[in-house]
Amino acid sequence: MVKDQEYLKKKASFCIDLAKKLGATESSAAVMHSISETVNYRNKKLDESDRSDSLAISLTTYIGKKKSSITSSNLNDDNIETLIERCIETTKITPEDEYNSLPDKELLADKINDLNLYDDDHIENDEKIEYLKEAEEAALQKKEIINTETGFTESKSNFILANSDGFINGYKSSSFSASCVAVAKDANDKMERDYEFTSTCHLQDMIRPQQIGSVAAKKTIQKLNPKKIESEKISIIFDRRISKGILGVLANAISASSIARGTSFLKGKIDEEIFSSSINIYDKPDIVKGLGSRYFDSEGVKTEELKLVDCGVLKHYLVDTYNGKKLNLKSNGRSGGTSNLFFEKGSVSYRELLKLNKRVLYITETIGHGSNLVTGDYSVGANGFMIEDGIFKYPVSEITIAGNFKDIFKNITLADDLEFKYSTNAPTILIEGMVVAGK
Amino acid sequence: MSDFFTKTDLSRKDAENIISETLNNCDDGELYLENSKSESIVLDDDKIKSSSYSSDLGYGLRAVTGEVVAYSHSNEISRNSLKQSANNLSSTLKSQKGIYNHEIPKTNEKLYKDINPIDEKSLESKLELLKKVNSYTRAKGGIVQQVTASFAGEYKSIEIIRSGGEVLTDVRPLIRFNVSVMLEKNGKKETGVYGIGGRQSYDEYLKDDNWKNVCDEAFRIASVNLDSKPAPAGEMKVVLGSGWPAILIHEAIGHGLEGDFNRKKTSAFHNLMGQRVASEGVTIIDDGTLHNRRGSLTIDDEGTPTEKTVLIENGILKNFMQDRLNARLMNTRSTGSGRRESYKHVVLPRMRNTMMMNGKYSQEEMIKSVDKGIFAVSFGGGQVDITSGKFVFNCTEAYEIINGKIGSPIKGATLIGDGPSILKEVSLVGNNMMLDPGIGTCGKAGQGVPVGVAQPSILIDKMTVGGTQL
Repeated sequence: MVKDQEYLKKKASFCIDLAKKLGATESSAAVMHSISETVNYRNKKLDESDRSDSLAISLTTYIGKKKSSITSSNLNDDNIETLIERCIETTKITPEDEYNSLPDKELLADKINDLNLYDDDHIENDEKIEYLKEAEEAALQKKEIINTETGFTESKSNFILANSDGFINGYKSSSFSASCVAVAKDANDKMERDYEFTSTCHLQDMIRPQQIGSVAAKKTIQKLNPKKIESEKISIIFDRRISKGILGVLANAISASSIARGTSFLKGKIDEEIFSSSINIYDKPDIVKGLGSRYFDSEGVKTEELKLVDCGVLKHYLVDTYNGKKLNLKSNGRSGGTSNLFFEKGSVSYRELLKLNKRVLYITETIGHGSNLVTGDYSVGANGFMIEDGIFKYPVSEITIAGNFKDIFKNITLADDLEFKYSTNAPTILIEGMVVAGK
Repeated sequence: MSDFFTKTDLSRKDAENIISETLNNCDDGELYLENSKSESIVLDDDKIKSSSYSSDLGYGLRAVTGEVVAYSHSNEISRNSLKQSANNLSSTLKSQKGIYNHEIPKTNEKLYKDINPIDEKSLESKLELLKKVNSYTRAKGGIVQQVTASFAGEYKSIEIIRSGGEVLTDVRPLIRFNVSVMLEKNGKKETGVYGIGGRQSYDEYLKDDNWKNVCDEAFRIASVNLDSKPAPAGEMKVVLGSGWPAILIHEAIGHGLEGDFNRKKTSAFHNLMGQRVASEGVTIIDDGTLHNRRGSLTIDDEGTPTEKTVLIENGILKNFMQDRLNARLMNTRSTGSGRRESYKHVVLPRMRNTMMMNGKYSQEEMIKSVDKGIFAVSFGGGQVDITSGKFVFNCTEAYEIINGKIGSPIKGATLIGDGPSILKEVSLVGNNMMLDPGIGTCGKAGQGVPVGVAQPSILIDKMTVGGTQL
């Protein structure tokens, strides 16, 4: 069982009180506990079980405009006391920073509407194994599949966030996830690998194991016998696994920290059109059972829905207290990043999107970290499929795709197939005119 | 060294009993205890952005039988907690039986000192030095828009208790110093990053003002990129510089030679043992025994002393990197490559310091031999798909080569290749082997561990460069 709110509150209050006694003018503390149990299965045999019991505390102390912080997993009162003393000593000699402060009191979350983020259901390891067996059996129905690896993780966590302005709140959450990885071999002994997964707040919402297994097998087999193509300028389509990455880049580039430091290609772009005019982007923290849902941000500031991009125009940065003060903006509850971030769905069907170009490269996977947020330059390794006249022709691998996000943002067309499988979600996306490097 | 049995109701004797009972019918396993301290001090935007300190304590109990690993970890070192972990392991392994293997080789050599680098240098002096770094770097001119400098120090004390009470310990210091610079000229912005580190005290790295070299290098890389033009797209010849570019070896070859992927036959290399996987003259080793290096370990996280493992000798695949589990299942011995990020993680076979050895050519000869290609001097991160063998890495400093001469700098581009075939495309191996500056962290299955790489300059005959210029 995860520790209850009372226990966590007691520890958090102990820290806040002791910090004050030792000379902190302000402080904030977070206490987190999580228990997770994982079972991994491989080729229809048990491979690994892993139980994780993890308790941690973090404390930030302020003396005027000086600040320092500690974290620890050792919650003995003695140890915490030693650490807080050390934290205060460090705070004293750390130089002042005029922007250091707790969040404005009036921005702190007060009321909480239940978003149903916790499911008390527990699934025993033996039942997890049953699920994984079914998933592997479904994958192994295909004769090309030579190897399957599956895993099931259940985790429960609870936390309390407190600060010296009287904020003390927290909540439990749960997560159930399962995945199946399949390996297939072609006639020349060349192998490919792909996967499928499900991840939900509630046990009953998980996708059935047969579906996970058969989708993983199908996606893997499709990748066999890939070709490397010639280098060319061509329109590409991002599968939903990849398309959400564009929102990830946007979120990093409009974080108040990148903006305040001047290291973002979107600095100063508020009220400017950065996407084509049909594009709307939301960050919505209050989706019931949402994978990115939250009641308040990592500083306790209330979070409300933001329309980040309205008809192509950038309307908000993602603002936390510190960087907000630097930029002269109020925190909008995005310390710790976005919540449920998504593109409003487009008006073209998936099938129609495939046919918009005579030839189009459909990307299902990118590898590497080739996004430069300072310049907007983008270059990553990729694989996927060549599509001609709307029909999948052959798999493609060992290529790179490159461009600049400033151009990419303005040249995207969204399909209408948005679904909520991750905390950041995008429909299938067509991007005109990217450079593909191959042979 | 830490004493894990003070301030707890769990005595060493109790722990030994629980371990022996739990592991009785297993092939392998241990109790792993860890006490770690770490600090991070960051200067950014002309201010000390953060100073934080972390203290972590916990254990991981592991039982291995056949191919099955049962693991349970907690940060509460107590009788109850350890008993609960033991029950959890026993319920996973209920019907499995094994024969406990006690044998762990011993070493007397220590590859680094038992020091806590965090407390060896006062916080005041670290803050002072970061301020100096900031003013020194900003004094390089008005084009300097942003400077970020950081210290990261770590002290990790571990103890491994095996069935029967056998005990192995290690104390591991680790530090890192990093500088990142952003420049702006004529509306164009570029960054440069450089860092150094290893298993030593800060002062051994930062003596004689050599921190200035780190600032100079970060500034130089950013300056080069300010003048960069778009990179070419397509297949061409690539000369890789010495040192850090060896992350190509790490991604392209290293991961594919880790024991677990080969036992599971999911690596593109699993059926290539004894065969030619690289050009003649290419020898690659993974060495955990270099003194004070970031990737070195006196003993690995199962207690096995590390060694110098020859992976590829003169082009022929010789060995995989093994932990105890995969070694046992593949009928070989552990190469001291069993590593874990912390007590929260299971042991996996991992790289340490992965190095390509010297050949006989000079870098000049290589560049001279190229009509059209690129010269890649430094890289950001890389990644590999073990199964298909495809790998990428991102250039952070590169130049075009035209008619045997180095030309203009080019923008950061991704290079992509195929692991099992790339080393057959290596046509010249240089004579200027160099270790990286001590900054690498390798990620696998969600676990990050410090690693090193080294290589001389090499010429690759054919590789795809992911630029935008067709």
